[in-house]
Amino acid sequence: MKNKILPLSIVFVFIIIFIVFYKGLQNTNIYTPESKTSFEVPSVSVKLFNSDEIINTLEIFNSDKFYLLNIWSSWCLPCKQEHPILMELSQNDDLEIIGINYKDTKKNANDFLKDLGNPYDNIIFDNKGTNAIEWGAYGVPESFLINNNKIIKKYIGPLSKGSMQEIKLFIK
Amino acid sequence: MKILKLFLVIFFIFPLNNLKADNEVLKNKITKNLRCLICQGQSVYDSDSEFANSLKIVVDNKINEGLSEKQIYSYFQSKYGDWILYDPLFNKNTYFLWLLPLLIFLVGGAIIYKHFKKLN
Repeated sequence: MKNKILPLSIVFVFIIIFIVFYKGLQNTNIYTPESKTSFEVPSVSVKLFNSDEIINTLEIFNSDKFYLLNIWSSWCLPCKQEHPILMELSQNDDLEIIGINYKDTKKNANDFLKDLGNPYDNIIFDNKGTNAIEWGAYGVPESFLINNNKIIKKYIGPLSKGSMQEIKLFIK
Repeated sequence: MKILKLFLVIFFIFPLNNLKADNEVLKNKITKNLRCLICQGQSVYDSDSEFANSLKIVVDNKINEGLSEKQIYSYFQSKYGDWILYDPLFNKNTYFLWLLPLLIFLVGGAIIYKHFKKLN
């Protein structure tokens, strides 16, 4: 009996290792960041794109309206791709779109808006990319749906038609 | 007079330099323990991506604001979750992770101890 325990336990350990690795192989190795959506709007000082005025973020998101915070940049190709969706969403009176202009120059950003239209009610100028970190963002484009100072939904990557429908449903 | 001036210059520059160097060492230490979330298998320190560069600036700012190393880690943890830390903090989610090696060590030690006791 005693002689049998050792080989049996070795076989048992190998089976467990096999199962763990087999399951692991099926997992995707592309890391998708966990969307932390429960946190509140961070209270930080930001510089406005148009007026160079420095204000607190809470002053921007102060009403009980829905806000869509969109991180964008003129050098970002997927931002161009999602721009028509932002333009369409900007028609909605119940939604205010706030942009964070990420690591960009004012000239390029202005050219971008002139060419494609300006869906933003207000733009935060973030030339160092540090404001985006306050929001827990990874890069551009990224969007956050905000209501009552809470982030209720986070979209990583360009907005799609599906996400536009979802945002419209939220607002309704 | 010249010597006095020189002394004053050295007196004022030296400690500031030291402080700056200390901050640099701390910054490197922290950025080496932060995972660059958009690059695979690289720390923020190693990476030159836009994300990592912004994070380096934020770490610099937080050090200048006077935050401790632990406070800076919890700041990033609150923004990005535990995954951003290479060296996870000791909390209710990581008890098992931290205590498992100790547990294995103790069990292993007990087995060896029992074995030798039997031999004797």
